[in-house]
Amino acid sequence: MSWANAAVQGVLLGGLFALFATGLSLSFGVMRFVNLAHGDLAILAAYLAVSTTAALNVNPFVSLLVVVPVMAAGGYVLQRFVFDRTIGPDPLPAILVTFGLGVVIQNALLEHYSADSRGLDAGAIEDRSIRLTDGIAVGWLPLLTLVTAVAVLIGLQVMLSRTRAGRAFRATADDPDTARLMGIDDRGVHSRVMAISFATVALAGVFLGIRGTFGPAEGTAVLLFGFEAVVIGGLGSLWGTLVGGIILGLAQALGNQVDVRYDLLSGVLFGHLLFLVVLAFRPQGLFGQRGRT
Amino acid sequence: MTTLLDVAGLSAGYGDFQALFDVDLRVAEGETVAVIGANGAGKSTLLRTLAGLVTATGGTVRFAGEDLLAVPAHRRVAEGIALVPEGRRLFPSMTVAENLLVGAHARRPGPWTVARVLDVLPLIEPLMGRSADVLSGGERQAVAIGRALMSNPRLMLWDEASLGLAPVVVRRLYDALPGVIEGGTTVLIVEQDIGQALAVADRVVCLLEGRVSLEARPAEVDRDDITAAYFGTVSA
Repeated sequence: MSWANAAVQGVLLGGLFALFATGLSLSFGVMRFVNLAHGDLAILAAYLAVSTTAALNVNPFVSLLVVVPVMAAGGYVLQRFVFDRTIGPDPLPAILVTFGLGVVIQNALLEHYSADSRGLDAGAIEDRSIRLTDGIAVGWLPLLTLVTAVAVLIGLQVMLSRTRAGRAFRATADDPDTARLMGIDDRGVHSRVMAISFATVALAGVFLGIRGTFGPAEGTAVLLFGFEAVVIGGLGSLWGTLVGGIILGLAQALGNQVDVRYDLLSGVLFGHLLFLVVLAFRPQGLFGQRGRT
Repeated sequence: MTTLLDVAGLSAGYGDFQALFDVDLRVAEGETVAVIGANGAGKSTLLRTLAGLVTATGGTVRFAGEDLLAVPAHRRVAEGIALVPEGRRLFPSMTVAENLLVGAHARRPGPWTVARVLDVLPLIEPLMGRSADVLSGGERQAVAIGRALMSNPRLMLWDEASLGLAPVVVRRLYDALPGVIEGGTTVLIVEQDIGQALAVADRVVCLLEGRVSLEARPAEVDRDDITAAYFGTVSA
């Protein structure tokens, strides 16, 4: 694979990372909530798609019509009755509760679906690609993933900047007490934010499942990639999340090229190294504001 | 005039610290009442309790005849109560125009629109597209008042109206008050500047260490009465 093709594949892979990271970025941006179960939720969504496709005999893309609303509803309810109790000046309760939820999800998936790897069969789209040049081809599935990520982020950005609900989200992010003075129910905002966060991670999980195989314990890696994309792009910045995802994807794809030539580094390790470099030299991320944590 | 706000025996505080003791206060519809008092007298706590940000530990508050203490903070706006908070507390990630629009979040019907706010507070107009984060103290205060008016309040609670502002700016802000009252809004102001409070209010209430130490019409009190109520000294 040429360097140019590796770069194109890296950008496309970045779409998946951006989808993983969107919900993390949104929930952190609005309520400073760190969800350590985020990766496990993506895997849970992929398994829900496995069950839905089997039960209804439909394509995994069609199963999104069931999986995304179910996950969104789950996010709303969890935030309302569990996560909201952990929000406060001390981040530890939220971290402990979501870590615990992640363990519960992993074990429940292991119990119900076994440790065998699964995949989602979306048909011909998985293999088809557009040949740009002799050495560069763009797969339909990675392209669809990237387009979905961009569409989700544009949609969220428009919602946040142009709508009454979006302004309520931003007001709550800025100052929840003053937001209440405007008639905004900050707990209601938190629940809606978590519903959106779960919906986007459900999308990410199903795309992950179509792209390759997955097992119950894979959520940890998903969480790590999501966090890396958020931190590289800048905490709480939606466009930063997209750019962070793409940069992480590029680092992994180009890192794989190095690996192929010299057998030194794997792409994943290259991504981690880039993440460490950003943390060391620009801890607020590329689009984050210094001091806003 | 009908009573809009009826506070009886109100106590409130922060954790173990009690800031208000048995406060009684009545505000009639259309009236402008100023709350004065030294730092730490409980003025802001009174307003924050009325707005729902501080939980009352005793007493009753009736607003337009209804029990206000049972209503959560975010629903009090829909009931017609708006607070211009101490420190202005604009939303820094938003423009001035967006701050005004957030003020109308509760969609309470009434006469206040962006155009009317700009009419009463013309100094906001050139700032509309600017980030709320880069405004001067007076500009922030004007936007905070405009934002509160956008909720079409029956009662506007204006905390620390002139704190930290130049006299000329304070005058421009108080120039807006007749327009606010004309719009049908009753105003309860917390003001450190006693002269300003006496000039604009129909009635003045002084708090001393969380208790009402004086309640009178400006024409009925002299400097000694106010000094005594303000500092807790015996009036000559």
